[in-house]
Amino acid sequence: MSSQSSSSVEKRDIVALEGVTKRFPGIVANDSINLSIRPGEVHVLLGENGAGKSTLIGMLSGLQQPDEGRILVDGRPTPITSPRHALALGIGTVFQHMMLVPTLTVAENLLLGGSWWQRPRTEELEARVAEITSSLGITVKLHAKVSELSLGEQQQVEIVRAMVRNSRLLILDESTSMLTPKGIEELGALMRRLVEKGLAIVFITHKLKEAAAFGDRISVLKLGRKVGEIPPERFRALGEQEIISEIVELMFGKQKDDPEAAERPIRTVQAQAAPLLQVADLAVAATDNAPGLSSISFDIRPGEILGIAGIDGNGQKQLAEALAGQRTATSGSVRLEGAPIEGLSVGERRQRGLRYLTDDRLGEGTVGTFPVSINFFLKQVGAAPFWRGGVEQRAEIDRRAAELVREYDVRTPSLKTPVARLSGGNIQKVLLARELAEGAKVVIFNKPTYGLDLANTLASRQRIRDTAARGLAVLLISTDLEELLSMCDRIAVIANGALVGTVANADDARTKVGRLMIGLAA
Amino acid sequence: MTGLFSEVFLSALLFGAVTAAIPLLLAGLGEQMSEKAGVLNIGIEGMMLAGAYLGFVGAFYSGSLWLGFLTGAAGGVAVALIMALLCVRIGLNQIVIGIALTLGLEGLTALLHHFQFSRSYPRLPAADATVIPLLSDIPVIGPAFFKHHLIVYLAVALVFGMSYLYRRTQLGLNLQAAGDKPAALDVAGIDVVRTRTIAVLSTGALAGLGGAYLANVGAGLFIPFITNGAGFLGIVLAMLARGRPVWVLFGALLFGVCLSLTTAMQVAGINIPTDVIQMLPFLAVMIMLVLFGRRASLPAALGIPYERGAR
Repeated sequence: MSSQSSSSVEKRDIVALEGVTKRFPGIVANDSINLSIRPGEVHVLLGENGAGKSTLIGMLSGLQQPDEGRILVDGRPTPITSPRHALALGIGTVFQHMMLVPTLTVAENLLLGGSWWQRPRTEELEARVAEITSSLGITVKLHAKVSELSLGEQQQVEIVRAMVRNSRLLILDESTSMLTPKGIEELGALMRRLVEKGLAIVFITHKLKEAAAFGDRISVLKLGRKVGEIPPERFRALGEQEIISEIVELMFGKQKDDPEAAERPIRTVQAQAAPLLQVADLAVAATDNAPGLSSISFDIRPGEILGIAGIDGNGQKQLAEALAGQRTATSGSVRLEGAPIEGLSVGERRQRGLRYLTDDRLGEGTVGTFPVSINFFLKQVGAAPFWRGGVEQRAEIDRRAAELVREYDVRTPSLKTPVARLSGGNIQKVLLARELAEGAKVVIFNKPTYGLDLANTLASRQRIRDTAARGLAVLLISTDLEELLSMCDRIAVIANGALVGTVANADDARTKVGRLMIGLAA
Repeated sequence: MTGLFSEVFLSALLFGAVTAAIPLLLAGLGEQMSEKAGVLNIGIEGMMLAGAYLGFVGAFYSGSLWLGFLTGAAGGVAVALIMALLCVRIGLNQIVIGIALTLGLEGLTALLHHFQFSRSYPRLPAADATVIPLLSDIPVIGPAFFKHHLIVYLAVALVFGMSYLYRRTQLGLNLQAAGDKPAALDVAGIDVVRTRTIAVLSTGALAGLGGAYLANVGAGLFIPFITNGAGFLGIVLAMLARGRPVWVLFGALLFGVCLSLTTAMQVAGINIPTDVIQMLPFLAVMIMLVLFGRRASLPAALGIPYERGAR
């Protein structure tokens, strides 16, 4: 297939949706959506959490069936009945949650799906993969176990898998959410090469910048409806900023600028004040599935936000857990207000004012089946005034919980709703309310906006800024460099479990941090 | 006490160990297949009982051990069919259904046996051994390992067949994916329910065969509750074997030695209460669990019914 093929062929839709509606109990996930997907185009589906992007992908990949409307493949109405059927039609999907078997090798994963009576054709696969990867300019380690690969590498494997299966349409669902800035750029370039080969790509994201940078055509979804589309002709005519402001208008109505690009407020960090948190030569032994930490040293003063940048999986979680007391440090000291706390338990550290907001919101952050109200006080179970003599004081809990729900704007049907039923953004608010409650002095945020939609991301970031403005010390761990640049006073870079450098967040911070992240001196 | 370590005693002990190990081996291999595919098959004890009963009945009326093995395997498959329908297709709780099947089959086989044979326990003639030339002439080892029924050698060969299946075939890949990340298998275009059903039915066949061997060759008769926990031992073996068929073989032989010791020590007239001796295999289970249980790695999706599109 060449991109010079006649325009009549190029303009024909590979897949088109006509008035597709999908309902789930209580909500309309997709409301008469029309969409045309064409070869040689990156079609961006943009929308916030709950806009109906995932449902749309579910229907295209054969996991779900539309209730109304129809899907046309090559112009013919075709119900996509199963994932196998979707693959046979040439629709390959790279799901948001990796769909690789971690215990198998890359080659074995690529071989999944063959007929069961066949011998896996390894040699044939190797030749085919070599052909694909060399034409795309990427490499995949065929004989490595998937669990040993980084998320970016796993994603490339999934893309290669779609290519091995001769996909004509590649769907990428929130593919950048777990990638490093460099990984995102590479993915963008890869998508460009793929569409030049004549593929159609559907790229789902909630990040405006990516939409503007990588797309040819943008469709904006909002609460299950398609609220607008920017066709390629118009797309090419507009500059990046104009596209972003047009999308923002479609999504939110009025704001003009990229709302993520908030100006970094000038905060006054008391440079003379004694540091609230002092960490010196902290080290943690490596385990089977986690890197260790070595010689971690930093100070955070009151009112200061120290960012930890780095590629995911370089010891960020270990650092947070070692500080919170959830992971045993082998050496080093941690001082809170000058007093050593490295020997204290998790609960004692919390009592002294050290708070840790985990990135694992539903796993270790909350108990999903417990009501919202109890989740606010999970770390105070048994303590007065919410428990007296071992008995739960329902009235006191509900009263305080109601205050917190108001104060932190938690959108929940009731205080009794199990917390797992809330959206990610609202669960995060519950966690924020809990950890920032009375007595907090030092707060560790681990990827606080990961997986949140724009509105909740902005709200969380504001909450973190307010925290620092109250004179608390903040450690902000994030893989989103933009986020760190927009919020931190200083940014330290972690690589292989060690801090490789710390830079003040001035104008040239982006380049310096970037250089540190890829292993160069700042 | 001098008789304890005589050649004859040792070879009888080892011969008994192999005989006792074969049902465990078959059950363990079967359970391993189920677990690989993500189905915790607690009903395997019931499948073995069905196999033991139907295997005995088949052999008793036809006079052919091989036909008995066939009917035994079919009995196991019949029970596995219920398991596959309820737990794989409908997605009911695997543990509850497994226990129900085991208890149900214990009662059913005892009842049917009672109707058929009343209180008599007819015996089958002793199974013909396939004597392997030359090897069987080795002292101690020869009579212990190379004078068994043909099915024993087939069962051991099956260990290597299973290894090949898991490592080298498409079905092996699919089974492992069904247990570790069923959603990935589904989007690769393979029906998870079908893959797991194949696994559960194969488990039924192997467990049924193991039960039939236990009744027809091991004991030569059927008595109610004859499996006496062999299926559960199979579950332990599968869990400790970390997906490797060869480890099921080693484990089965170890338990086989313990089971054989209980008989041998009683025969040798050692003055220990029989209850204590009969505890041996289960004590061995506990010791094995303490020693190796922590390292047992189970498939991520074990015991979780697969539902497409659910997160």
